[in-house]
Amino acid sequence: MVYQYIQNGYHIVLDVNSGSVHVVDKVVYDVISDYKEHSREDIAEAIRNKYPAEQLADADINEIFSEIEQCIGQGTLFTEDTYKKQITDYKKRDTYVKALCLHVAHDCNLACCYCFAGEGEYKGERSLMSYEVGKKALDFLVENSGNRINLEVDFFGGEPLMNFDTIKKLVAYGRSIEKEKRKNFRFTLTTNGVLLNKEVIDFLNKEMDNVVLSIDGRKEINDTMRPCKNGKGSYDLILSKIKETADSRKQQKYYVRGTFTHHNLDFDKDVLHLADEGFKQISVEPVVADPKEDYAILREDLPEIIKGYERLADELIKRKKEGNDFQFFHFMIDLEGGPCVYKRLSGCGSGTEYLAVTPQGDLYPCHQFVGQEEFLLGNVENGITNSKIRDMFKNCSVYAKEECADCFAKFYCSGGCAANAYYSHGDIHAVYELGCELQKKRVECAIMLKAAD
Amino acid sequence: MKRIRTLTTKNLKQTMKKGGCGECQTSCQSACKTSCTVANQSCENK
Ligand code: SF4
Ligand code: SF4
Repeated sequence: MVYQYIQNGYHIVLDVNSGSVHVVDKVVYDVISDYKEHSREDIAEAIRNKYPAEQLADADINEIFSEIEQCIGQGTLFTEDTYKKQITDYKKRDTYVKALCLHVAHDCNLACCYCFAGEGEYKGERSLMSYEVGKKALDFLVENSGNRINLEVDFFGGEPLMNFDTIKKLVAYGRSIEKEKRKNFRFTLTTNGVLLNKEVIDFLNKEMDNVVLSIDGRKEINDTMRPCKNGKGSYDLILSKIKETADSRKQQKYYVRGTFTHHNLDFDKDVLHLADEGFKQISVEPVVADPKEDYAILREDLPEIIKGYERLADELIKRKKEGNDFQFFHFMIDLEGGPCVYKRLSGCGSGTEYLAVTPQGDLYPCHQFVGQEEFLLGNVENGITNSKIRDMFKNCSVYAKEECADCFAKFYCSGGCAANAYYSHGDIHAVYELGCELQKKRVECAIMLKAAD
Repeated sequence: MKRIRTLTTKNLKQTMKKGGCGECQTSCQSACKTSCTVANQSCENK
């Protein structure tokens, strides 16, 4: 499968199954698009008609065909998808848990409008996770992780720092068993920034592999969607704190992350605002919301958002030249490295390798399913008792979805988000089309940026 | 090659041979976590 597109003057040919990326001239671009459908003579004839003879001699045409054949010979063009059977078998293997999302606080000190957790409460009572429950969760993780060495634990909420004491104790507990159990915990934390202070920042810098700091961008945008409980905006309260945190981490191993909605389709301005404030690691993403909400992203918003991604990509090229660039998380793609095909095609691992734990110790397939009773998997005491749900998630992969099989982005996307699929179609094996359109655009931009490097 | 510039990419077919160890990070794609394309993750088994 070959996918071609033109962006920013680059003619890009992506050989999907091998992952190869070719940047070509426009004649080669045309030849490749006809290559499988037409004979060599017909293609030559067509391009002779299209391009004037002084631009394109017969020798050039021969050269084009020979270069294309060279690529095919090297297995970088028109390669077949030979993965399906292996991936389907791979998905049947016994899985181990390697990551937990610990909801240490179902409570929040902000009142963000789009919060999928319902201001932290997740359809339940306000509550904090006790140390005992958290400890059992870590034990559960260690026991169910097989030979995996690296275990991820994300402190999440609500606002996790509302339960900072428990976090400290849990990290200490984790560190105390690492050696004996031959595991390595990678702790991360997602916070709205309100409770950051010197003590917290020092602790985070010592123990957290990554810290995610929420802010939406420009003050008026942030303050509309991220008000405090008293209705006032949160921007002024948090900006200096998250700046301090980012700087103290030497602008590494953290992200500022924002959400954009129907109300700021020019979100690229928010990204640039954050960059201008000095942040080097930035992620701003489309909200996932019930289409009935006034801030939900609609199909008719797509052209505007797509333009926003294009503007942002152009700006990144410009800033890179000026030595003033930053990382936009969604345009990061590692063409030379990156994970193996198994990982790329088998999805996020929700419900199998990745689970969410509520303050009460209940297990759910991921943070987005918390509070949806029908997805309750079990609890940290007795482990997974609802294997039917687990097996349903186990099946998720690119090959479980028709739409993904023919999608050029499958090796970069891995089949989308089960929760998005569920909330948009009532089926975790569906795809969320709006999300797909944006995902594909981001992959195109990311690859174009590599071509421009 | 004069007309085709091929970027250096990891050959995906090769990764079928020794891949699948599962040591790599999980990769949430939703907006509430910092989502990622799997392709920006690193492999732990180099
Ligand atoms: S973009 Fe959509 S169709 Fe393509 S792989 Fe991802 S979920 Fe599947
Ligand atoms: S189902 Fe969606 S929200 Fe949940 S872990 Fe997977 S990608 Fe993330």
